[in-house]
Amino acid sequence: MIAWQMLRFAVGGLAANKVRSALTMLGVLIGVASVILLLAVGNGSSVAVKNSITALGTNSLTVSSSALRGSATAAKKLTVDDAKALATAAASDSPAIKSVAPVVTTTGTALYGNISYQPGSIVGTYPAYFETSNQKVAHGDYFSGDDVLNARKVAVIGSTTAKQLFDTEDPVGKSITIGGTPFTVVGVLQTKGATGFNDPDDVVIAPLPTVQNAFTGFGSLNQILVQASSAETTAEAQSDITRILMGTHAIQDATKVDFRISNQTSLLTARESTTKTFTVLLGAVAAISLLVGGIGITNIMLVTVTERTKEIGIRKALGAPRRVILGQFLAESTLLSVVGAGLGVLAGIVGSHFSIVGIKPVVIPESVLGAFAIAVAIGLFFGSYPANRAASLRPIDALRHE
Amino acid sequence: MAAGKPPVIQIRRVTKSYGHGDATVHALRGPSAPDGSPLGVSLDIEEGDFVAVMGSSGSGKSTLMNILGCLDVPTAGRYLLDGIDVGHLDEGQLSLVRNRKIGFVFQSFNLVPRTTALAQVELPLAYAGVRAAERRRRALAALSLVGLGERAGHKPNQLSGGQQQRVAVARALVTSPAMLLADEPTGNLDSHSTEEVLGIIDRLNASGRTVVMITHEDEVARHAKRVIRLVDGAIISDVRQAEVDGPPPALAVEVGV
Repeated sequence: MIAWQMLRFAVGGLAANKVRSALTMLGVLIGVASVILLLAVGNGSSVAVKNSITALGTNSLTVSSSALRGSATAAKKLTVDDAKALATAAASDSPAIKSVAPVVTTTGTALYGNISYQPGSIVGTYPAYFETSNQKVAHGDYFSGDDVLNARKVAVIGSTTAKQLFDTEDPVGKSITIGGTPFTVVGVLQTKGATGFNDPDDVVIAPLPTVQNAFTGFGSLNQILVQASSAETTAEAQSDITRILMGTHAIQDATKVDFRISNQTSLLTARESTTKTFTVLLGAVAAISLLVGGIGITNIMLVTVTERTKEIGIRKALGAPRRVILGQFLAESTLLSVVGAGLGVLAGIVGSHFSIVGIKPVVIPESVLGAFAIAVAIGLFFGSYPANRAASLRPIDALRHE
Repeated sequence: MAAGKPPVIQIRRVTKSYGHGDATVHALRGPSAPDGSPLGVSLDIEEGDFVAVMGSSGSGKSTLMNILGCLDVPTAGRYLLDGIDVGHLDEGQLSLVRNRKIGFVFQSFNLVPRTTALAQVELPLAYAGVRAAERRRRALAALSLVGLGERAGHKPNQLSGGQQQRVAVARALVTSPAMLLADEPTGNLDSHSTEEVLGIIDRLNASGRTVVMITHEDEVARHAKRVIRLVDGAIISDVRQAEVDGPPPALAVEVGV
């Protein structure tokens, strides 16, 4: 009964100063919303990194040429022979290497009918590439080893490229012209989704000799994609690759290698920990704004207590016990923070539906509960000082107050 | 005569002083002892009495009123209200005493802002923990007693000064307190409203309620059965105008006793 009364007094007290109450709530609202939203942005970018790790393919190692500019000995480029040496080793004495795919990349304009589009990249490779780089065909089929051997003019295209060239039409079996060479589309890849840096779905993948023949010539490779047999064997695979390529490139000194093996998964794992730091920083900034919102509550409650000293005196003269006065003002400050936090949760969740600086925020459920709970606790904590002041006023002093 | 009954209020050698050492001011001192130290004020008020406390400003009448109302504690002396020694009570018990034993009527009405007349009158009952239905019934009864039954839903800013003071009177009597304590209840009212409010207080006293009223107007003091004058914190005169058991003087004239 008394609790219900206190709540009614509290609502009445807040309603008496609508603008002031609204502004105080706004402080808490901004605090809670920013905690939820900024943590969601941090989490979103970390989720994006995780996705791109999976998109990269499992246990993949990328070998690329490190042509040192100005180096005395001209670095030897990576060739198909290197790839073959690796593949041979994989078949015999290097169980750590599962598959090898030489890769050339180029750019060009694709034509279909009167539609012209420039895909992000044109890749020439072996069928092993699909598994190593985690590219799956959604519709149609991969090209085969046979297609590579015969340098057939077939291609598998990414979903973005398919959308641009064919829109709703079924691309499989259709012919597109790239740089004057006609390619028959045999498959469309599954959508991987943009990771925020480039679109992995904006690609045309064709057999290596076909691409070399049509565009790049039979010279060097851009990279060799190697798949390790498991996550544990990537280090072993890496040393095997180094050993084999040092042999084919005739290098004795391990410090003077002219190629580079990068394990992109580990790079991205490092970046993931960076985004974690980033999330913590964002959360800290947001927490500060929540604290400032809480101080706003104290401030406004102090003003309210001063303003209503006489009312407190009257209530005390009528026999209001200390705890009722305390409860009334605590209820007011808590109500401010609860309503503010509630609206803040709403604002945070609505806000997280928009993508922010290219990152799709992913709301952390714990952050919603946490921010709400902290806001309410702040209301109680920061309201207790003014409420205590009100409750401990001597009735005679309070009544005399004008 | 209620000779057997103990007085509602018994104060014994009560003093109230502010400040220390040479700067000490005795707001209530009573007669001086031969060595110049204050002996304190002693006063008994019997049940059913209607006492007017008079004095110019600074005479100590407000201090006396605050002590009688348990809003302030005396520096020295004893105060028994309805047989309870108030001096030994803590803050929580004092608020209980204020709630149960005393009904306040102030000069400046002192209604709670933004609250309807009904809710105002219910307030002391709510603090006493009375249930909602019972609270409402008693509050409405108190309001109709002061002639404001139909204004229960009005807020203070929708009521005239006289009406506000009548709400305050209703609020003061709704808990059936041992004593109605009125501090210049007509100080802020026009003559018509003054008559109304005093009429209500007269009738309350006639029905047996003990009333202590502070005033500086002779006109108002004429309504009391007993008039006490304070000068410089001491009682200088104590005049009985009517019997404790009889009706208050204003009603006695009307009835023609």
